[in-house]
Amino acid sequence: MAAMFSQNPLMNGPNYSVNDAPRVNAPEGAREHRFDPYTDNGGSTLAIAGADFTIMAGDTRLTSGYSINSRHHPKLFKIGGTTADQKDATIVLSVVGFAADGEALKERLDAICKMYRYRHGKPMSVKACAQRLSTILYQKRFFPYYAYAILGGLDEEGKGAVYSYDPVGSYEREQCRAGGAAASLIMPFLDNQVNFKNQYIPNSGEGHALQERERRPLTRTEVETLVKDAFDGAVERHIEVGDGLQMMAITRHGIEEVFLPLKKD
Amino acid sequence: MDHRPQAWGRPRDDVYGAYDASYLQSGGPKTATQSPIVTGTSVIAIKFKDGVVMAADNLASYGSLARFTDVKRLRPFLSTSVVGFGGDVSDMQFLTRHLNELAIDEAYEHESSPTSSSEDDPNAPPAGQLNAANLHKYLSKLMYRRRNDFDPLWNQILVAGFDSASAPFLASVDLRGTTFTSPSLATGFGAMLAQPIMRRYAATEADAARLTREEAVKVVKECMKVLFYRDARSLDRYSIAVVTKDGVELSEDEQLERQSWAFAERIKGYGTQTV
Repeated sequence: MAAMFSQNPLMNGPNYSVNDAPRVNAPEGAREHRFDPYTDNGGSTLAIAGADFTIMAGDTRLTSGYSINSRHHPKLFKIGGTTADQKDATIVLSVVGFAADGEALKERLDAICKMYRYRHGKPMSVKACAQRLSTILYQKRFFPYYAYAILGGLDEEGKGAVYSYDPVGSYEREQCRAGGAAASLIMPFLDNQVNFKNQYIPNSGEGHALQERERRPLTRTEVETLVKDAFDGAVERHIEVGDGLQMMAITRHGIEEVFLPLKKD
Repeated sequence: MDHRPQAWGRPRDDVYGAYDASYLQSGGPKTATQSPIVTGTSVIAIKFKDGVVMAADNLASYGSLARFTDVKRLRPFLSTSVVGFGGDVSDMQFLTRHLNELAIDEAYEHESSPTSSSEDDPNAPPAGQLNAANLHKYLSKLMYRRRNDFDPLWNQILVAGFDSASAPFLASVDLRGTTFTSPSLATGFGAMLAQPIMRRYAATEADAARLTREEAVKVVKECMKVLFYRDARSLDRYSIAVVTKDGVELSEDEQLERQSWAFAERIKGYGTQTV
């Protein structure tokens, strides 16, 4: 019976949960207006790793609420080149979510990769850069960068590498990943078209006996078509995605960048 | 009896009881600016082929009260850039003071080296002096730092001028440090009312590069009129600035011209009308 009544001198009654305990210090009728340091600036990103290349893409719309702030705001950044123009960069970072945090994250990672190049006389490997990015994100675990990052490049063997992150630094190397506002629209499409999920060989059996379609690495033209299709689909169904498509192809010859139009409505 | 000098002239504790010091502490957490108080409404700007036009009205509102009617919200910087402020006016004044210091430092820094600008363009600002792109970067870092400290400067800021490649530059920063650029930009109500009009004339950078100065000024003045018609926190007196390679031309006492309130007669269904 005693446990039913509060140890709290405030109330000699039933215990309150943490959230709705009455606050003694708040003045009567005080309205608490707290500054919200985060917003969502919409947009979507996508990365697919091929046998000897990686394709990264993102739309170029920047929104706040129902307003379009900018129709040309890139979400893909070359990281760790020798100079500011990033001519000799080998790694690409895409960020989506809260634009200011994304920008800050990009600048941190770029500065770190540049310092690495300066100290060691060689560019950072994607694997090392991926681990470092995770550390940067986790360092702000209790005031996170509200950004979904994807890192793309070529691994030590020259194969395409895609690393995807959550805002607090959990990461994983994957074959493909979609991020941002339309991630839930694009990811299932990618599962089906890149990893051939839910694709079976016709008449190969019943139920569990059905044979899965064998996976094969996609060619670069196939991937580029897939990316455009994925974004055309997302633009049709998500209001925060559109205007332009920024696409970067990372190969052993360097990074090629193209901008394609998307619907502006 | 307490004879220590610290106690001289104070009410005796043994007579009146110990002083209740709780009155001296406000209690609760530090309260930084958690909401804007005196505010300025929209700032609008559009790029044209050899510069940028920016405008903002001269009103500072206190809630719905039109409190100060002669507040200048456009500020030239080093006579090569213009900064326009929307949002809290006291934070604007803080930033203005800060930019003054910065401008003075810059002026001293480049005093010794007489205009070392490139030969082909005598009007370009001296190399190394802060241009609009640099200034925008500086302000965005400042705003982002303040948001990280949970002590934001409650403004949305437009910066107009030229970048390092001497191309017209226009960009925005807000209280969270979010930055973006576009051929035309507008803050506050202007984002809903003026931006669609300006985008008709400068949807892309290529469109903006074809726009003449006269056209750009005309569009901006038209937008200021639309804003005065529909934004209840706006004024018909405004400032307009034109930034070109020759410098900043700022007029701080413009009056809206050729207003037409004929449409108001057709609006029915509000207030005390009986028809």
